[in-house]
Amino acid sequence: MVKPLTESMVFSVPLILAGLGIAVGFRAGLFNIGAQGQIIVGAIVAAWLGFAFDLPPVVHLLVAILGGAIGGAVYGGIPGVLKARFGANEVIVTIMLNYIAVYLISFILRQPTFNPGRTGQRSPAVSADATYPLLIPEWLVPGNTFRLHWGFVVAVLATVFVWWLLERSTVGFEIRAVGANPKAARTAGMSVGRTTIITMVVAGALAGLAATGQVLGTEGSLTAGVAASYGFDAITVALLGRSRPWGTFFAGLLFGALKAGGFLMQSLTQTPIDIVLVVQSLIVLFIAAPPLVRTIFRLPAPSARPRSRRAVKEAAA
Amino acid sequence: MSTTTERPTPSGATAAGRGTAVRRRTSLKPTVVYALAALVSLLVFVPGTPSDVQTVFQFGSGREFIRIPNLPVPSLVTIVLLTVVLAGAAVWAFLRHRARRPLNAWWHVLVGVAFITAFLTYVGAGRSSVIPMVSLLAGALALSVPLVFGSMSGVICERSGVINIAIEGQLLFGAFAAALVASAAGSGWVGLLAAPVAGAAVGALLAWFAVAYRVNQIIVGVVLNTLIIGLTGFLFSTLMSDNKALWNTRMPLPRLPIPVLSEIPVVGPVLFNQTILVYLVYVLVAVLQFMLFRSRWGLRTRAVGEHPKAADTVGIKVNTRRVLNVILGGAVAGLGGAFLTVGSGLAFGREMSAGQGYIALAAMILGKWNPKLAVLAALLFGFSKNLGNVLSTIGSGVPSELLLMLPYLITIFAVAGFVGRVRPPAANGTPYTKS
Repeated sequence: MVKPLTESMVFSVPLILAGLGIAVGFRAGLFNIGAQGQIIVGAIVAAWLGFAFDLPPVVHLLVAILGGAIGGAVYGGIPGVLKARFGANEVIVTIMLNYIAVYLISFILRQPTFNPGRTGQRSPAVSADATYPLLIPEWLVPGNTFRLHWGFVVAVLATVFVWWLLERSTVGFEIRAVGANPKAARTAGMSVGRTTIITMVVAGALAGLAATGQVLGTEGSLTAGVAASYGFDAITVALLGRSRPWGTFFAGLLFGALKAGGFLMQSLTQTPIDIVLVVQSLIVLFIAAPPLVRTIFRLPAPSARPRSRRAVKEAAA
Repeated sequence: MSTTTERPTPSGATAAGRGTAVRRRTSLKPTVVYALAALVSLLVFVPGTPSDVQTVFQFGSGREFIRIPNLPVPSLVTIVLLTVVLAGAAVWAFLRHRARRPLNAWWHVLVGVAFITAFLTYVGAGRSSVIPMVSLLAGALALSVPLVFGSMSGVICERSGVINIAIEGQLLFGAFAAALVASAAGSGWVGLLAAPVAGAAVGALLAWFAVAYRVNQIIVGVVLNTLIIGLTGFLFSTLMSDNKALWNTRMPLPRLPIPVLSEIPVVGPVLFNQTILVYLVYVLVAVLQFMLFRSRWGLRTRAVGEHPKAADTVGIKVNTRRVLNVILGGAVAGLGGAFLTVGSGLAFGREMSAGQGYIALAAMILGKWNPKLAVLAALLFGFSKNLGNVLSTIGSGVPSELLLMLPYLITIFAVAGFVGRVRPPAANGTPYTKS
């Protein structure tokens, strides 16, 4: 009974973290499709720090987490800098960087350091000191097989951090101002370029944290498919969460549950897991279209016009 | 960091805003890029090439009436000459910049060709394997075709003010429908008819949500992509796997060599010995370029995309125009999807569009929402992608992964180096409501 719940949480960790990264981008009017690449680069750095070094227990984990976040931040910073400095469209650059990251990881996994035994597409296991401890330890629930690890706590903390960043900090105010109206923000004396770079760095760092959940937690080593489709699923998560931190958190939980359930469903009833994608997209579609739902259920329109979503329309431009 | 970012960029808005200063606005970027190309050639290609070897270029495809002999060139001499050309181009670009004169766009092409030729000469130097120019170019075209269809779809939609992120879904659904129907009917031609219908169906969904219900267009696009990936994946692993012979047999379209034209060396086999879909691309691009800027439809489409209120004031039905354009765009992208299955003679595979819709979107943005330029961007992408493929099979010293990164790196360079800030249609992504 509890095991499936914890499995849902396991799957939700990368979704929440990467989703937060994309949500931050949306709030600044940036359409960051690059979570996939940022996860991969973060995973490479985190895994390398995890297996190639020998550090004291807690320090090692913190170093590996930080490394993953920095890896993602640097990779996310590239489109930010290119946009701020050269006006390069972030949609193009992040898409291209995704592909580059895919080739990068398959190149790196062929290098002797990452593939000493030439056994296949898997790096050495991350050392025990650098892995997230299990969240529900043996002494609390004896004999449990839960895979849920402290990565989930990182996801919660990150959600709180992003909430604070966006709603309570000066940087967050600038991010929202630039997202709402870059011209007005510039007139008000904010540096749009600087905000763009900061946003992308934060987004990349969050995606990098998502990667640590995989390599330092669930997977335990670096594989070519480390990012799976989390980077793209995260876009849907951020959309469903309406780019709000807690909204993204709960959307991540929901999609994590759907993913965990999907795998179980596939093995039990041979229903292809693709049906989960259909369900997910329908959920977002209906939630994004209140007028449609009102039409279907013949609900009256609310008297006050709902506040229009702070559009991400600039983003695709 | 703040000092560099707060400074207006060379092509930034401040210079453009001052009216009279517009004519004087030149950029140092081409100079820097050309000089970089020359430097790479000088520091990597020249020292890396032995002085007494040859590079063999193969221009024949083995089908011509007259056999075209292979062309061996002395490697080092060629590379040195090309380096001189690159350096000359950099100097010329700098002089033009000093004189505040615009630089002819053909210089970009010249530098690109010179650099790629130098690179190919360097890679093929002293090897027994030839550089197969025909298959290099033909493969490039094949990889570009779906991208061209996709980016044309994007142009049609976004010029009328609807962001079409769903190109990916339209390609995939077109590919799926083409394969399914062609297989069931036993003819690739029938599949060719089904593809645009499927693409248009996705386009219609996009239009329905984005225009009628005013849902954020990016959300609908992304979600539709997910929906189509899920739907086709589901049907692929149920319906198509259960009875592969009936639902997913490969039904290639025949190649239709154009008489005379297809006999031209190099160009003939590449451009004029293709399936109907490739010929359709030529027609589509020409027609769209003309229609968009020279016809009533084009004027209205652009008006609706730039200033819907003004368009509405003169009696253009904004939302109807948008819906029709999005459906049309979907049909175009669906045709592009058909190229992936019946056009290439392949059966359908899960997620076989593999992100090409997003790359088409990039090509459209890179081409500044202009059909002509978007095609160039798509071709650039297809060429560099195929260059990576060909080189990694010929076997150069460079790891294959790094070669396969080429197209993506080149695109980033292109978008940061040459294109810079692009201006989308003003009303792109904004739903229109009469008030």
